[in-house]
Amino acid sequence: MCSFKMAAEDLPSQFDVVILGTGLTESVIAAACSRVGQSVLHLDRRNYYAGNWASFTFNGLLSWIEEYKNQQEVQIAESEQVWRSLIDEGEDVMPLSSVDSSISNLEVFCYASEEEEKDETKTPLTSCQPVNAETESEETKGGSTEAQDTFTGDDATESNAESQNEEHQEQRTSEIAEPSQSQEEKEPQPISSPADPPVEVEKKITYQKLLKEGRRFNIDLVSKLMYSRGALVDLLIKSNVSRYAEFKNISRILTCRNGKVEQVPCSRADVFASKQLTVVEKRMLMKFLTFCLDFEQHPEEFQDYSEKPFSEFLKNKKLTENLQDFVLHSIAMVTQQTLTEEGLKATQHFLRCLGRYGNTPFLFPLYGLGEIPQCFCRMCAVFGGIYCLRHSVQCLVVDKGSNKVKAVIDTRGQKISCSHFVVEDSYIRDEQRQSTAYRQISRAVLITDRSVLPSESDQQISLVTIPPLGSSAPAVRMVELCSSSMTCMPGTYLVHLNCSSSGTAQEDLAPVVSQLFDVPAIPGEEPSGGFEERSKPAVLWVMYFNMRDTSAQDISSYSLPSNVHVCTGPDSSLGSDYSIKLAESVFHHLLPDEDFCPPAPNPEDIIYDGDGPQAEGSGFDESNNTEEDKSQAEEEKSPSTESSEPAEMDSVTQETPLDTSPPSEE
Amino acid sequence: MHGRVKIKSTAQQEEEKRKEREKKLKAFVSARDAVLKKRSAGEQDEEALHLTQLLLSSNPDIATLWNYRREVLLHLETLRETDEVQKLYESELLFIEACLKVNPKSYGCWHHRTWVNTRLPRPDWTRELGLCDRCLGLDERNFHCWDYRRTVVKESGVSVEQELQFTDRLIGSNFSNYSSWHYRSTLLPRLRPQPAPDSAPCASPQVHSHRVCEEQLLKEYELAHNAFFTDPNDQSAWFYYRWLLGRAEREEMISCVYVSREGERVSVAFSKPVHAQSVGLMLVLDGQPQPVEWRCAHPRFRHSPVWLCDLPPGSITDMSNEHNLTVHWTEKHTHRDCALYTGCAESWCRDSATDQELFRSELSVEKSSVLQAELQSCNQLLELEPQNKWCLLTIILLMRALDPLGHEKETLAHFQSLKEVDPMRSSYYSDLCSKFLIENTILKMEYAEVRVFSLSNKNLTTLCHLDQLLLVTHINLSSNQLVRLPPQFAMLQCLEVSVILERIAFNAVTRNPSRKKNAIMLTTVAVSAQDQMKAGFSRVLEADDNAIESLEGLYHLPKLEEVSLKNNQICKLSALESLVSCVKLTRLDLRGNPVHKTANIESELSQLLPLVTALSL
Repeated sequence: MCSFKMAAEDLPSQFDVVILGTGLTESVIAAACSRVGQSVLHLDRRNYYAGNWASFTFNGLLSWIEEYKNQQEVQIAESEQVWRSLIDEGEDVMPLSSVDSSISNLEVFCYASEEEEKDETKTPLTSCQPVNAETESEETKGGSTEAQDTFTGDDATESNAESQNEEHQEQRTSEIAEPSQSQEEKEPQPISSPADPPVEVEKKITYQKLLKEGRRFNIDLVSKLMYSRGALVDLLIKSNVSRYAEFKNISRILTCRNGKVEQVPCSRADVFASKQLTVVEKRMLMKFLTFCLDFEQHPEEFQDYSEKPFSEFLKNKKLTENLQDFVLHSIAMVTQQTLTEEGLKATQHFLRCLGRYGNTPFLFPLYGLGEIPQCFCRMCAVFGGIYCLRHSVQCLVVDKGSNKVKAVIDTRGQKISCSHFVVEDSYIRDEQRQSTAYRQISRAVLITDRSVLPSESDQQISLVTIPPLGSSAPAVRMVELCSSSMTCMPGTYLVHLNCSSSGTAQEDLAPVVSQLFDVPAIPGEEPSGGFEERSKPAVLWVMYFNMRDTSAQDISSYSLPSNVHVCTGPDSSLGSDYSIKLAESVFHHLLPDEDFCPPAPNPEDIIYDGDGPQAEGSGFDESNNTEEDKSQAEEEKSPSTESSEPAEMDSVTQETPLDTSPPSEE
Repeated sequence: MHGRVKIKSTAQQEEEKRKEREKKLKAFVSARDAVLKKRSAGEQDEEALHLTQLLLSSNPDIATLWNYRREVLLHLETLRETDEVQKLYESELLFIEACLKVNPKSYGCWHHRTWVNTRLPRPDWTRELGLCDRCLGLDERNFHCWDYRRTVVKESGVSVEQELQFTDRLIGSNFSNYSSWHYRSTLLPRLRPQPAPDSAPCASPQVHSHRVCEEQLLKEYELAHNAFFTDPNDQSAWFYYRWLLGRAEREEMISCVYVSREGERVSVAFSKPVHAQSVGLMLVLDGQPQPVEWRCAHPRFRHSPVWLCDLPPGSITDMSNEHNLTVHWTEKHTHRDCALYTGCAESWCRDSATDQELFRSELSVEKSSVLQAELQSCNQLLELEPQNKWCLLTIILLMRALDPLGHEKETLAHFQSLKEVDPMRSSYYSDLCSKFLIENTILKMEYAEVRVFSLSNKNLTTLCHLDQLLLVTHINLSSNQLVRLPPQFAMLQCLEVSVILERIAFNAVTRNPSRKKNAIMLTTVAVSAQDQMKAGFSRVLEADDNAIESLEGLYHLPKLEEVSLKNNQICKLSALESLVSCVKLTRLDLRGNPVHKTANIESELSQLLPLVTALSL
C-alpha cells in the first residue's frame, strides 16, 4: 500500500516520465522506462489497475457497471480554474478528458434464480441496478458508493477522507469475515426447495451464490489469449516479468459447425485422436499443416493465389469442406476475404506456437488477463516507479515556444514537471482528435453452469471459434474458462465472447449466445428443463458491452505536443502483439538508445548502496534510499493484492445487506 | 545514470560461482572420504545414512554409496520394530524421489527403489504407480521407469485392462512412443487372446499364444491407421502394425525325409534349425532302429534345418528290395515315414512349401478379407504419400501375404521405388526382394512339380530358403549379383540326388567397388539351365558373370559334375578348396577370373582337383 500513501503527501515535483493509464501498453512502457533508470510516475484515475484490461471479481464487476452508469451522469462536472494560478507565462494549458467514454451499450441480464424471493423471479434486470434490487443494499452501501464516486470523479479527493474511508472499510472487512463464513456453512439449506428433486437442486446456482462466491471470479474486460510464441510471451520471458504470474494452457480448440460444437484437431495428437476425421482427411490436414510451417520455402505452391483469398487456396488444395472450415476459421482464424499469404502466415504462427507449452498454441494467465499489466507495474515499482491510483492529470502544461509538454497538473492541483508524457487514448479530449469515429469491439461475458462441450475433465479452457452465422455477421471468438483458471467459482464457467462490432454488442452476440446456450425468453426465469435434460449450458448471468477499438489510431490522429505519446486501447485480435509492439515503439521513441525491457537481474546480483564498490553522489543517496525502501516494500506486497483490495472492499460492502437479511432462517 | 540498478559484472558473478564450485568440491571429497572410511571400519549407524544421503543427493550415481546404504539399512532393520522399519524405509523412498529429480535415469536410484520396496513391511504400490506416471509424464521413454513400473504393476496386481487404458492414454498424448506401443503388444494377447481353433488338432497351443482376437485386432488396425495417416514418417506405429499383421510360428515338424539307394544316405529337413544330437532323433529302417551318426550339411553349423546320415553299407542298395523308413523326433513327439519301393533309386516324403503355405505365414492373419482391406488402406495412403517407405514396405508385405505370385510384378515395382526413396537401405531391400523372388520361384517349382530351380537374371543379391531346395536337381543362378555361395548351399549338395548345377551363364555384372574390398568370399553363381535341361541332367553348376570370390557352399555335393564360374572374382586358389569334397566334379570353367593370373595355375589346379578333366582357364 505504501505507494498509495503518497497520496496523502505531495508527490515529487519532477519525473522523467509521467504515465497516465495502467493498461497493458502503458504498464509495459512504465516497466521498460523504470528498468533503465528513468524516474516514472504512473497514474490512473480509476481505483483499480489495468484500465480496460482489468479483471474484476463478480462484485467488483457490479461496481464497475455502476461506475459506468454514474460516470455518464457526472459528465459535465469539471473543476476549472484551479490550475490557473500554476501557469506561468509562455505556457499553455491543454486539458485532458475526465470522462472515459470507451465503454458503451452496456446491458446486463440475470437468469440465475433468487430463490428466497420466488414470486419475484420474473423481474427483468436491465443494467446492474436491479440485480440485487433491494434498496436496503443501496443504503447500507452508502459510504462506499460515495467513495466510489469520488474515485471516478475528477475532483481531487480529500486525502484525509480517503484514508479514513479506507480504515473504515478495513475494519468492516474484519468484522464481516466471520459471519460470512458461518453463512457459507449454512449455504446448502436455502437452496433445497421441496418441489425439486434433490440431485438437480445441488447443481443449481443461485444469484445469491454468485454474489457470495463473487471473489472467486476474475472477469476480464478484454478477451484475449497469449500466443505461446507471441510478442507478449516473449517479452514476459525476456524481461523476467513472467515470474510474477502463473499460466495455464488452453486445453482445446473448439468450433461450432452446423450448430454443433466440436473439437478442432490442430495438433498432431489431436489429429491422431480425432474421431470425426477420416484417415485420409487426417493425412490431408497434416500434409497441409506441415506445408504451412515453412510455406515460404515452397512459393510455387501458392504464388498463383497471392492475389486471391486464402479460402480459395484451401479449396484448391483439395481439402475437404470439413478441413477448409477448420483451417480457415479455427487455425488461421481469418475471414473468407483474407488473402492467401496472410492466411498462410496466420496458420504458420498458430502452428509455431503449438507444443511450446502444450497441445494448443495458447496460454491464459491464472486470475485473469488483468494480472499481466499489473505484473509490469510491479516490475516498474521494483525499479523505483511511483504509483497512484484514483489520481489523474487534469491538464498538460505546454511550452508555447517548443510546443512540448513541460509539466502536468494532477487532480490534486500539483504541478509536476516531466520530459515525456505517456497517456492512454481515453484521456484525450475530442478537441485533440482528428476524428471521433471509431471501430468498436462487441463483448459479452456469461456465467454458465457447464461447458459447451462436456468431456472427461470438467477443467478445460476452450477457445471456441464461431464462423459467421450469416454473410454479414462477424466471426465470433469465444473463450470458455473453467474454475481452475481461477476466474470463476467451481461449478460455473466464465465465457467471453468477442467480435468486431457491426452493431451493438447485444445485436452482434445475442444470436450466438442463444445458439450455444440455453437462454430463457424472460430474464430472471430459470432455464426450462432439468440440468440433465438440457442439451446446452444454461446462462446464469450475462453482460453485453461495446469497447472502443482505438487500435487504428496513430500519431496523425491526434494534435498533441510532440512529447506526448498516446497508447491506444486493446484491439480486437486474439493476441496482444499489437499492444506490445506499440509499447516497444513508444519506448524507443522516448529512449532511442536504451534496451527494451532487458532481463531483470536476480535479487542476489543487485548491489545495494554501501554494498557496491562505488557510491553514487551523496546528494542522491537519500532519495535513492527512500525509493529503494519503497520498492522493497512494494515487492513484499504485490500490486495484485493492492488492486484487488478495492474490489474486495466492494464485495464486502455489497455482501453486508445480504448477510444481514436472513433468507435462510426459515 | 541516476536510479539505475547496479548489478554485479559477469566477471564478479563468474568468480563467485567458481569459488562456490570449489567449496562444493572440497566438501564433497571430504564427505566421500569420511563415508568410505566409515564403511571400511564397519560402522553401520544413522550417521552413515546421513552422510551417504548428503553425497547421493548431489550425485545419485555412486553405486558404492547405495550399497553401503543397503548394508546400513539391513543392519538397522534388525534393531527396530516393524513400524519403525516402515518409517525408515518410507523416508528412504522420499530420499530416492529427491535423487531422481537430480537424475531421473540413475540406475542406482531405480535399483535401490526396487530393493526398498522389497524390504518395506507395507509397501504402498498406488503411490509408486503415481510416481511412475509422473515420471513418464516428464519423459515418456524413460526405460528405467518403464522397468520399475513393470515391477510395481506385477507386485500390486494392477489389472491388464487398466494397463491397456494406461497405454491408450500415453499413445493418445504422443503416439511416437515405442514403449507404449510395445507394452500394448504384450497386454493384448493376455487380455483378448485369439480363441484356440478347435478344428486344428495338430496345432500346439503356443502357436497362437501371442495372437489377438479378431475383433480387437480390427480396433488395433484402426488405431495404427490413425497414427500412420497422421504422420506416416513415424515408425512406432508402423512397427506395431507389422506386429499386428503377425508372424506366425511355424509348426515344429519334420518337413521332409529323403533317401537315396546309391549314396545309402538319408536326408532329413526340419521346419526350423535343430541340433540333431540333442533333440532325440531316431531312424527306424524296416522296424529296426539304426545306430546312425547324424551330421549337418556344412560343418560351420551347429544348428541346421537339414541333417544327413549314412546307412550301414549294403542295407538298401539292392534295387529289388522294398524298405520302410521312419524318422522320429522324440522331443516333439513327431515322426515322418518314407517308403522306398522296389526299383526306385530314391524316395522322399514331405510337406511342400505350398502345402504349408510357408511363405504366406509371415503374415498370419487368416482372413484374407481383412488383409485385403488393410491393403486398400495402405494403397490409399500411398496415393497421398508416394514417397513413404514404410507404406511401400507394408504394402509389399501385405501383397505377399495375400497372393505372392499374383502381386509379383507390383511388388518388384515397389521394391524399385523403395530403393530410390531410401537409398541408405537399398541393400536391405535388395536382399528382401531376393528372398521374395526365391520364395516365388520355389512356389512355381512346386506347382509345376519339377525339381528344377531357375533364377537367372533376377538381380539376386542373396540366397536363402536353401533348405527348401533339398530335392532340387537343377539350379540356374546366372546373371545375378550374388557375391557368395553361402555354406547353406551345401544343403542342396547333401541331396544325393543329382544336384545339377547347370552351366552358369555369367553376364556382365556391375560390381560395387566397396563391396569388392570387403567381401572375403565373393561368388556369383548364375545357372542357365534351359539347354542342359533339355539334354537331361548334366550335373553342372554354372555361376558365370557374378562377383563370386568364394565357393564355401560347394561342399560335399556328391553329384556335382560341372561347375562354370566364368567372369567371377575368384582370386585365390584357396577359394576352390571346397570343390575337393565334390567327388564327381570333372568339368570346371574358370575363365575370366583373376585367379588365372596366379603362377603355375594349371599345375596347381590339377594337383588340387585331380579329378577335373576338362578345365577352362
